[in-house]
Amino acid sequence: MTDLLTVDAIDTFYGRSQVLFGMSLAIKAGEVVTLMGRNGMGKTTTIRSIMGLTPAARGHIRFRDAEIRGLPSYRVAKVGVGLVPEGRQIFPNLSVKENLIATASNRNGSAQPWTYERVIELFPRLAERAGNMGSQLSGGEQQMLAVGRALMTNPHLLILDEATEGLAPLIRLEIWHCLERLKQAGQSILVVDKNVDALTKLANRHYVIEKGRVVWQGNSAELQAAPDIQHRYLGI
Amino acid sequence: MLLIFEQFLNGLQIGLLLFLLAAGLTLVFGIMDMVNLAHGSLYMMGAYFAAVFTEWTGSFFLGAALALPAGALLGIAVEVIALRTLYTRDHLDQVLATFGLILFFNELARLMFGAGGMTIQTPDWLQGQIMVLPGLPYPSYRFLIILVGLLCAAFLYVLVQRTRLGMLIRAGASNREMVGALGVNIKQLFTLVFGLGSALAALAGLMAGPVTTVQIGMGDNILILALVVIVIGGIGSLPGAFIAALAIGIIDTMGRAFLPNILGSFLSPSEASTLATALSSMLIYILMAAVLVLRPAGLFPAPGR
Repeated sequence: MTDLLTVDAIDTFYGRSQVLFGMSLAIKAGEVVTLMGRNGMGKTTTIRSIMGLTPAARGHIRFRDAEIRGLPSYRVAKVGVGLVPEGRQIFPNLSVKENLIATASNRNGSAQPWTYERVIELFPRLAERAGNMGSQLSGGEQQMLAVGRALMTNPHLLILDEATEGLAPLIRLEIWHCLERLKQAGQSILVVDKNVDALTKLANRHYVIEKGRVVWQGNSAELQAAPDIQHRYLGI
Repeated sequence: MLLIFEQFLNGLQIGLLLFLLAAGLTLVFGIMDMVNLAHGSLYMMGAYFAAVFTEWTGSFFLGAALALPAGALLGIAVEVIALRTLYTRDHLDQVLATFGLILFFNELARLMFGAGGMTIQTPDWLQGQIMVLPGLPYPSYRFLIILVGLLCAAFLYVLVQRTRLGMLIRAGASNREMVGALGVNIKQLFTLVFGLGSALAALAGLMAGPVTTVQIGMGDNILILALVVIVIGGIGSLPGAFIAALAIGIIDTMGRAFLPNILGSFLSPSEASTLATALSSMLIYILMAAVLVLRPAGLFPAPGR
């Protein structure tokens, strides 16, 4: 089976300073894969490179067998990558419902597309706030909204960047639970997070990165059996 | 009292024309972070188009109906050819380049339409007066400007607040990158918004044409006022532009009409008239300064900026 997404030896720069050094990873359809590492090691930059927001200078990024490196971000989104960005970045001046439907699309012809109703079913809390402005939501509600907004573009691959950062433990659980449901429904997911315990339960495989390159990869059992890796690269 | 009401209507009329111009300007500034000084040129070209088409068709309304799409197309051409390359540049580059466009359009108008200026002939039934209140006649055409301005404001409100396109425009004003990352071609969206803004500027120009004269440079002064409007209203905010445009139109008109009398009641006539002239042309800038001191981002800033 071929990969859904292959990132192959990309180099990415912010101005003159290089952040990614031959970063590589691969995700198969239906897999949940994590990207872990300390702050400033290039996790968000990897995601921005995939999305075309901070284009990679060298290397290849293939999505469903087509090269997407160099595409503007709206075209990356259109081929089926849905982004839940760091800091959530919901639209504060749009209502909850508007946030969900403004960019919604079933452009890849999903048989059971995500609709407003299905997102509300996944996050009943959002229904109570449908008429509120994005800026009036709590952090957890904003996170649910950001996930819902990405789902409504009906992506082949959902990317979550620090989806539980700064959230209360109960809300965190709710988000994990939702990701579990998405996984069971066959959604491919790339998660950036620091919460190793929750991630080992959820994900199939893990990449640990340091200074812009992968230093360790393996499945959940292997990660749990490698406390030295956790300690050395994740500070646990 | 009737005089005050009449001046109020005059102020409203100028304010609504200003709003038509400021609406496009504030959307362009809000979404693309682009200062477009050439917006006044689109206003001027709209007036010229209307003058030419009215002469050609013999009907003011047909002329206007042709001038609007012409204005929109001209705006889209300007955006695709010239402005698109400027989005990533800093504001000074944008100011210089679009100032160049003002000079270009002024010369273009001189070549195409002559240096003498043109008039737009309105139909006879618009040249009389109507009774807006018992005992208060008001020029029909100026009343039409008010109606059209209010209709446009309502149209824009529905477009921006109630449609999918409007949601994307608002989302784009608060977080352009994210709108792109969710699959929307923001360049295309922006060309559309720019065309809409240009049509509104052309509409303002062609509505003003019969009242003033259609002449070279007619957009330059009103552009300054429109810039004041979007600064007061908050960049990227249509409601802000609406309220600020009306406030400026009314304050400016009222100031010019009544300051001489008010000052004359406690100053000598010559002092009063000198001071009133100076003060009334400064009023709106005093207002702008006051708003900026109290609310540096304007009255209704688009969130997320």
